Amino acid sequence: MGIEEENQKIEKSIRDIARDLLKNKEVDVIIGYTEGTVPLSTSPIIIRDEKDVDKLVWNNFCYINLAKYLAPRMPQLVDPEKGELKVGIVTKGCVGRALIQLAIEKQINLDNVKIIGIPCNGIVNRRRIEKEIGEKEILEVSVSEDNIIVKGKNFEESFPFSEYINELCKQCKIKSPPKVDSCVGECGEYESVFDEFNDVKEFESKTPDEKWEYINDLLSTCTRCYACREACPMCYCNLCFVDQNKPIWFGKTTDQTEILMFHLIRAMHMAGRCVACGACSSVCPVGIDLNLITRKLEQMVKERYNFTSGIDIDKFPPMMDFEMEDEQEFMLEED
Amino acid sequence: MSKVVFETEDEEEVKVDKDWKPRILAFLCNWCSYAGADLAGVSRIQYPATVRVVRVPCTGRINPFFILKALTDGWDGVVVSGCHPGDCHYISGNLVARRRFALLNELLEFFGIEPGRVNFMWASAAEGERFAVLIEKATERVKKLGPNKRFLKKW
Repeated sequence: MGIEEENQKIEKSIRDIARDLLKNKEVDVIIGYTEGTVPLSTSPIIIRDEKDVDKLVWNNFCYINLAKYLAPRMPQLVDPEKGELKVGIVTKGCVGRALIQLAIEKQINLDNVKIIGIPCNGIVNRRRIEKEIGEKEILEVSVSEDNIIVKGKNFEESFPFSEYINELCKQCKIKSPPKVDSCVGECGEYESVFDEFNDVKEFESKTPDEKWEYINDLLSTCTRCYACREACPMCYCNLCFVDQNKPIWFGKTTDQTEILMFHLIRAMHMAGRCVACGACSSVCPVGIDLNLITRKLEQMVKERYNFTSGIDIDKFPPMMDFEMEDEQEFMLEED
Repeated sequence: MSKVVFETEDEEEVKVDKDWKPRILAFLCNWCSYAGADLAGVSRIQYPATVRVVRVPCTGRINPFFILKALTDGWDGVVVSGCHPGDCHYISGNLVARRRFALLNELLEFFGIEPGRVNFMWASAAEGERFAVLIEKATERVKKLGPNKRFLKKW
C-alpha cells in the first residue's frame, strides 16, 4: 500500500472517530489539521461541530505539534462556566510524547484529553524542498508512491520520500503515540526504545575546530525571531529566559556569541524534555536545521540517565532527579 | 596580570606571550570549596594567583548562565568546585548540579568549545592541598588552550 493510500485511509478514520466523539458528547472540541493556505503546509483547526469534521486532513505535511495548544491552554479551549473543555486531539507519535511529557510536568490533565492516535510515516522536510526548488513558486505538492511531487508553473520535480523527510523522522522509533484513547490503524506500545545515535556519534568524532565551524555556520543566519520557541510544545514558561531583563544574562542582538548562547541555553532547557517532533526546524523562517542538537539532547539523557522523554507517565524527569552513582568522568581529579 | 597578546597582521597567527597567565573565574561553594581555598591560603600553599573567586551558597545555585556569561565577558576559563557527592550542606544540591554540569559540559563540547575551558571539581573544606593541585591543573589546561577567543563577545 502506498503512502498516499495509507494517509487517505487514516484521514477517513480520523473523521469518523471525530464525528462519533462529537456526536456522543465525549469531547467538546477536536483539535486537528486542516488544509494549509500554501502548499507544503497544513494549519491547525479547532472543530466544535459535527458538520465541520470533513475539514480534518492527514498527510505528510502535518508538521505542527498540536500539544502546543494545551500548555498553556488556548482561551478557545476554556469555557468561562465549565472550565477546561474536553479536547479530542489528533495525535501522531511525537504529539503523543509531548502530551505525556506535559502530564509528567503537571502542565496538563490527561483526563480532559482524548487522544486519537495515528501512526505517522514521516513528515516532509519542507525547508529542504523549498531550498532546492529555489525561487520558483510551488503551486501544488502531492505524495504518490514513494515520491514527493512538486508542481509549479512550467516545472515538475519529484523527490524520493524516504530521503526528503525530516532528519528526526528518519530516526524516529515512536511513530504512534505511546498512550491512546482510540487508535486509527496500529498503535504500538513502547517500554524502552533502542537507538544507536550513529548520526550524533559521527558528528562528535570531529575535532573541536570542525564542530565549532559547523555549528557557527549552521546558526549564523539565526535572526532570533524565536519561532522555534513559539512552535515548541515544551516551551511554556511564563517568562522565557530571552525575555528576562533582570538580570540581563545576555543581550538581544544577533551577535554570534549571543546567538550561540541562546541556542546553548535553549538546548540546556530542552534536555530530557524534548520530544523530537522537529517543529522548531520546520517553522524556522531561515531554514536552520536544529535536529542535530535535538538528537544530541536525546542521546545524552538516554545514555547517561536511561530516559526517553514522553514514554512513561510515571517516570520522574531526569534533570530534576539524581542518583548517588551518576557518572562523573568529566570531573577534574588529582593524578 | 595583564594579558599581553601580540597579534600579527594575519589574524590566524597569534603569538602568545610566554608569561601569559589565563584569567580564571572560580565558582566555589560556601561550605566546602570556599573553606578549602581558605585553608590553602592559611596553610600557605601556593596556587595560581590569577584565579578569582565567586562564592555561591551551593553548586546547585550555579546556573549555566553564570558559566557562559563568564566566557562571553572575557574570562579565559571557568572553574566550578563544590562539596564531594554526599557531603552537600543542603544534602543533594551538588548531586542535582552534577547532572546539570554533565550535560552542560557535553553540550559545550558538542558546540565546539574546547574541552578544558570549563572545569568541574570537588574539594572539601579539609582539602586545601587538593584544591591547590586541582586549580593548578585547571590553569594548566586553560593555558594550553590559549586565550578565550571563541565565546568572547565582540563589542
